[in-house]
Amino acid sequence: MSGPDGIAALQPKDYATDQEVRWCPGCGDYAILKAVQRTLADLAADPAKTVFVSGIGCAARFPYYIATYGFHTIHGRAPAVATGVKLANPELDVWVVMGDGDALSIGGNHLMHCLRRNLDLNMLLFNNEIYGLTKGQYSPTSRAGLRTPSTPMGSIDQPLSAGLFALGVGARFFARGVDTQQKRLPEIFKRAHTHRGASLVEILQNCIVYNDGVFAGITERDVAEDRQVHVQHGEPLIFGKDQDRGLRLNPSTLSLEVVNLGDAGITEADVLRHDEKNRVLATLLAAMEPPTLPVALGVLYCDPTSSYDQSVHTQLDAAKGQAPAGGLQEVMRAGHTWTVEA
Amino acid sequence: MESATVRFAGDSGDGMQITGGQFTLTTALAGNDLATFPDFPAEIRAPAGTTYGVSAFQINFGARRIKTAGDHLDVLVATNPAALKVNLADVKSAGLVIVDTGQFNDKNLRKAHYDSNPLEDDTLAPYRVLKIDITQLTQDAVETVGVTKKEAVRSKNMWALGLVYWLFGRERAPTIAWLKRKFASKPEVLEANIAALNAGHAFGETSELQHEVAQIDVGPAAIPPGLYRAITGAEALAWGLVAGCEKAALRMVFCSYPITPASSLLHSLAALKSLNILTFQAEDEIAAACAAIGASYAGDMGITSSSGPGVALKTEALGLAIATELPLIVVNSQRAGPSTGMPTKTEQSDLYQAVYGRNADSPLVVLAARAPGDCFDVAVEAVRLATKYMTPVMLLTDGYIANASEPWLIPDLDAIASFPVKRRQDPEGYQPFARNPQTLARDWAVPGTPGLMHRIGGIERDSTSGNISYDPDNHQRMTDLRAAKIEGIANDIPLQEVDQGDLGADLVLVGWGSTYGPISRAVTTMLAEGYNVAHVHLRHIWPLPANLGDILNTYKKILIPEMNHGQLVTLLRDRYLVDAESLAQVNGKPFRVSDLEAAVRARISRKPGLEKKL
Repeated sequence: MSGPDGIAALQPKDYATDQEVRWCPGCGDYAILKAVQRTLADLAADPAKTVFVSGIGCAARFPYYIATYGFHTIHGRAPAVATGVKLANPELDVWVVMGDGDALSIGGNHLMHCLRRNLDLNMLLFNNEIYGLTKGQYSPTSRAGLRTPSTPMGSIDQPLSAGLFALGVGARFFARGVDTQQKRLPEIFKRAHTHRGASLVEILQNCIVYNDGVFAGITERDVAEDRQVHVQHGEPLIFGKDQDRGLRLNPSTLSLEVVNLGDAGITEADVLRHDEKNRVLATLLAAMEPPTLPVALGVLYCDPTSSYDQSVHTQLDAAKGQAPAGGLQEVMRAGHTWTVEA
Repeated sequence: MESATVRFAGDSGDGMQITGGQFTLTTALAGNDLATFPDFPAEIRAPAGTTYGVSAFQINFGARRIKTAGDHLDVLVATNPAALKVNLADVKSAGLVIVDTGQFNDKNLRKAHYDSNPLEDDTLAPYRVLKIDITQLTQDAVETVGVTKKEAVRSKNMWALGLVYWLFGRERAPTIAWLKRKFASKPEVLEANIAALNAGHAFGETSELQHEVAQIDVGPAAIPPGLYRAITGAEALAWGLVAGCEKAALRMVFCSYPITPASSLLHSLAALKSLNILTFQAEDEIAAACAAIGASYAGDMGITSSSGPGVALKTEALGLAIATELPLIVVNSQRAGPSTGMPTKTEQSDLYQAVYGRNADSPLVVLAARAPGDCFDVAVEAVRLATKYMTPVMLLTDGYIANASEPWLIPDLDAIASFPVKRRQDPEGYQPFARNPQTLARDWAVPGTPGLMHRIGGIERDSTSGNISYDPDNHQRMTDLRAAKIEGIANDIPLQEVDQGDLGADLVLVGWGSTYGPISRAVTTMLAEGYNVAHVHLRHIWPLPANLGDILNTYKKILIPEMNHGQLVTLLRDRYLVDAESLAQVNGKPFRVSDLEAAVRARISRKPGLEKKL
């Protein structure tokens, strides 16, 4: 087997560097790292043409552990640096790794503009709802009431939803996964990679030290199947241990509600089918929260259009076709000039 | 006359910048040397008739080399009371003031805060005055053309220009040719403008003005032969950056966020896409700097541009470029500050910011352009140093240089030495932070190159592998290396030259940036009067030229005129322990030559017999 450029197929371990991984034992980042290395192997990604760009935070150490090109930049600015990389060389496969503070607080502006411009970047948002590296302050995704060193009486900030933010600013791809779901996560990453344009993947990631169990209400074995719906394009939105629960649109409130298949003649036909090109549906799905509704996982929205880097280079190529034969020298000599005789 | 200074002043909507631009072109074609200074309000559309809505364009031209836009005015054209009020103080005693009496009505006088009509009291007594109803005469001249009254009045700037052309014996043909291009699709407007221009000129010829005002003859100057054009600093900078990238064999990625007075560079480069210039208008200053760094990381020449407040926002990103040792150019078109300050007014108060203004020990290269045309050469030098030494370069210009224009001998690009960049290709023995022993620069290994995969970042790096390192000795070594690399550049830049005067003179004026013109003119004059004075002007601010300390030590006194509160003084005192004195001016305007001459007179005595011929 060989990759796109004839290089020998690599195993996930071949994408690991010789650097010792320095996350806390039990951190969700290990699982994400493993899933990314699996993804790169499955994609037969050429390490020489792959770049990981990160900001600052625990997640941002990520590039040091991937045996491709890597750039660990500054807090919040990974999307901006990645923009320059991709504009300079659209042939590169550029991945952006951010935490929730990195992406949505200090770097919120860059993420917003990167998404609406639709630059072809694969953006991974490690959301653990806490500032880990700075020792446990609340983050923009922390739930109200969370007690932290900077909120001893409980956080009074309302949390931001990464999905609603992305869809609101015009993202063309949004997906959500869970750090420990090692079968599903690489599939989501591959979809993000295939998507031409900005693709944002939110990964619910457990911080074992400062916010342990924050997603337990979704991910614990006994509740997981009732609290997660894995969306598949074209498939009915059905979930539950016995696959007997579905999502239906309540037309009077324009909101989603859970129905039990079999109750009062309710059948699969009453349940919504997932349409990943439907932004309104994606928005309703992204907003779902337990306990009344399950959390939507998988590719919630994917509706490609031309990417920014493509458009930039299309314009540039068109302009280059009009280049004056004499180049800059001709440009400088054009217009009003005069000769001073010797 | 050896030289003359003319200022066109009027309301923002009166077309003063166009009038000045046309006069500049015609003057250049007549063989004069010249310098210009546009001065326009910060407000996009200030209310008509107000003093803060006055727009002006000044030109100094002569039969000798012209180094500044001129101190005092020989001729002021004021098309309304507000323009007269704002500009009258700059007119020389017995200078000529031309006013449009048609605009001196009660309403406009009130808006300009005149208690009585200055045309009727003794306000204008020190001057020679031409009171002409230009508004009415323009309407009369274009009566037959068939334009609206509003359009007719709008062409009064051409009437005034025609009169000034007569005054200096200038040709109208270049302006008529320009009007024909500009108004090709509006034949009536074209006809009105030409009619107004001709009428103003005819008025000069026929109205027996000669009794009051003689025509002024300013002959051609002796300037080096060759093909010339008028150029602003923004244009020269854009072309210099393009030329530099061509000499380095690199594609330019220019990332910027709009800010006055730096935006014109973004506009100039966006218009050069055909030369493979990629421009990116980012969402903010930080993103602009970061995208430029990303582009450099990926192997292009990343450039970002702003003015002081925007550069402040880029500061953290600059630290990243210093730490990761990537080439980067940051252009700072300085303006008057702090904070928003006076965005359309000039200042050179970001020297501390450029040299010192970052957290930690973070040295980079600082260059400063002295005049519009000089921006071209400095830009080429910036690309050379950024790529050869894998370092950010801060290029300082200012609002005055960016907007001012001067005649420019168009350079022959083939005559500029190339410095093609070599990127690392060989995986054998590659270490991301191994250095060239001469330059101390690391190799530029670009994503996409097989076998050179590596990781870099802002966390301190091992001095060889680039892997994260908190080792104390390594941090000491890397800090020392970063400083030594930049200091070593002093051996790769030209030795400092003395611009005028002799080593060991009684007084040296040391300048940098756009004070070049006024200092140079003042020193020329003082030398002619027998003062033992010299002029040293810096292009390389950091590192400083290797011989600068030796040069400075020869002088008895050192005076540093700066459009800031004494920033270069700090730098030179610190570096050389010299007793440099500051001459600070921060009023948003360039130095007046006469003020600099007075500063010289106040410090040293004339030595009869030492007069140097101009």
